[in-house]
Amino acid sequence: MMQWLKDLMAGNFVPSPRVGGQPSVRAEPGETLARQLALVIDLNVCVGCHACVTSCKQWNTSGSAGPLADEKPYGADPTGTFFNRVQTYEAGAFPGTDTIHFPKSCLHCEDPPCVPVCPTGASYKRKEDGIVLVDYDKCIGCKYCAWACPYGARELDEERQVMTKCTLCVDRIYDEALPKEDRKPACVKACPTGARIFGDVKDPDSDASKAVRERGGYSLMPEWETRPANQYLPRRVTGAPADAPGGRTP
Amino acid sequence: MNPAFSVVFFTTVAGAAQGLVVALALAVLAGLPMAPGFAGIALLVALAMLLVGLGASFGHLGRPERAWRAVLMWRTSWLSREVIVLPAFIGLVALWWLALRSGIETPVLPLAALAVAALLWYCTAMIYACLRFIQEWAQPLTVVNFTLTGLSSGLILASALAALMGEGSLLRVTGPCALAVTLVAWATRMLALRRNAALKPRSTLQSATGIRAQKLVQKSMGMSAGSFNTREFFHRASHAALRQVKVALILLGFALPALLLAWGVLASTPYAFMLALLVQAPGLVADRWFFFAQAQHPQNLYYQVVS
Repeated sequence: MMQWLKDLMAGNFVPSPRVGGQPSVRAEPGETLARQLALVIDLNVCVGCHACVTSCKQWNTSGSAGPLADEKPYGADPTGTFFNRVQTYEAGAFPGTDTIHFPKSCLHCEDPPCVPVCPTGASYKRKEDGIVLVDYDKCIGCKYCAWACPYGARELDEERQVMTKCTLCVDRIYDEALPKEDRKPACVKACPTGARIFGDVKDPDSDASKAVRERGGYSLMPEWETRPANQYLPRRVTGAPADAPGGRTP
Repeated sequence: MNPAFSVVFFTTVAGAAQGLVVALALAVLAGLPMAPGFAGIALLVALAMLLVGLGASFGHLGRPERAWRAVLMWRTSWLSREVIVLPAFIGLVALWWLALRSGIETPVLPLAALAVAALLWYCTAMIYACLRFIQEWAQPLTVVNFTLTGLSSGLILASALAALMGEGSLLRVTGPCALAVTLVAWATRMLALRRNAALKPRSTLQSATGIRAQKLVQKSMGMSAGSFNTREFFHRASHAALRQVKVALILLGFALPALLLAWGVLASTPYAFMLALLVQAPGLVADRWFFFAQAQHPQNLYYQVVS
């Protein structure tokens, strides 16, 4: 039977999305979750190589979130759907400038403003691990969730006309057919400098929580109180001598 | 934001239709004299406008065939609430028209139409006003302006229809009402425009990246061409064009219609009301376009520079 007919007949007003065959449970707005998977991104070691961008695109265009359409890929004005971008910023005044590479993807907010505005329930936050997902079979492509995200983390897929976003590789991290060391988001596996730490930020003993605690992890745009689960570790002066190659001059 | 024409057109046309129904409901409830056929024709005009607006709203959807799903999340989503109230309003107007045709006169239907029209304005405006980080929208004036511009255009439409169909006694009430509401709508819209022009964004490049340096510039947004983020949230109109639209919306949307209405009321010129309708329509489309274009989405901080 068609899914829409099923939903309507069941009077099933709260959709029960399925990811990789596993039914997932919606978290209620404002609910405190016991587990929250997230990425902690170390700006101190990110070298801006974009390996996380390409591996994210490769995994997700081939996995349950895909295909992520590219339009006019060889034209003068190509455009495509990406879940992860690496941006570059320059801080300070010459000659004392810092070049900072800044990976940016969905922050899986603990209070995600994109979820309650969704008129269909296609956007939801999973109760079991706090991942914010879109059910592509229920999304009507109204773009309201993208308007409601201050971070610009959501991208409409121009070919499928549904909203897409980072899934924290939900179709990978629980896949028991993969070797245990591969059950991590594709971006984390690809990072050559270990700038992406994946873990449960509600577990105080996880590497992610420890990094946030010990190295001054912070949230983006704290002014909007979205409580992002993903956090960033700031640049810091390491012990390298000032005159060594790559060392910093104060 | 990049104004989506479907939404600009839908909210403008539906707002005017709601205003027309409210004007008619108040006239009927007040017992104003009008020819037997007038209310029916006015309701048909409102119905046609609402259906055209509803059609336009589908143009904003990527997957319009699934639009029915949008009624499901009314507990949390203002968009979902609007999707429920809009067809309810259309149904109510249709029912009222049928009742008039069948010679049934009851105050229940116009009273219900008043309430549902007000509810629809509230739902539509709250879709925008509830987004706390779009500071231009997150303010009570958003609801006030959606309601008052709808009411102003609806009253002007009602007056133009009355002028066209020779409903002199009705026009003597709706004309001055249209003038008064247009003046108030003009004032509240100017308040919002002035407030928004002076807004200081709460988000900065520093808060968006957490990099504390005072001098901070983006060198690359991470891709060499466009993306959804650069298309959906940037209108790409020049400052000069924005200024011209702002002047146009004030002149065409409010100032000129008010002048024409004053002329129509004082000189009892029926043509003035029709002229006011023709002048205001493009003005209010410009007004709604500007409402979207003026909104600065904080995500734009992340998409400044291509390199």
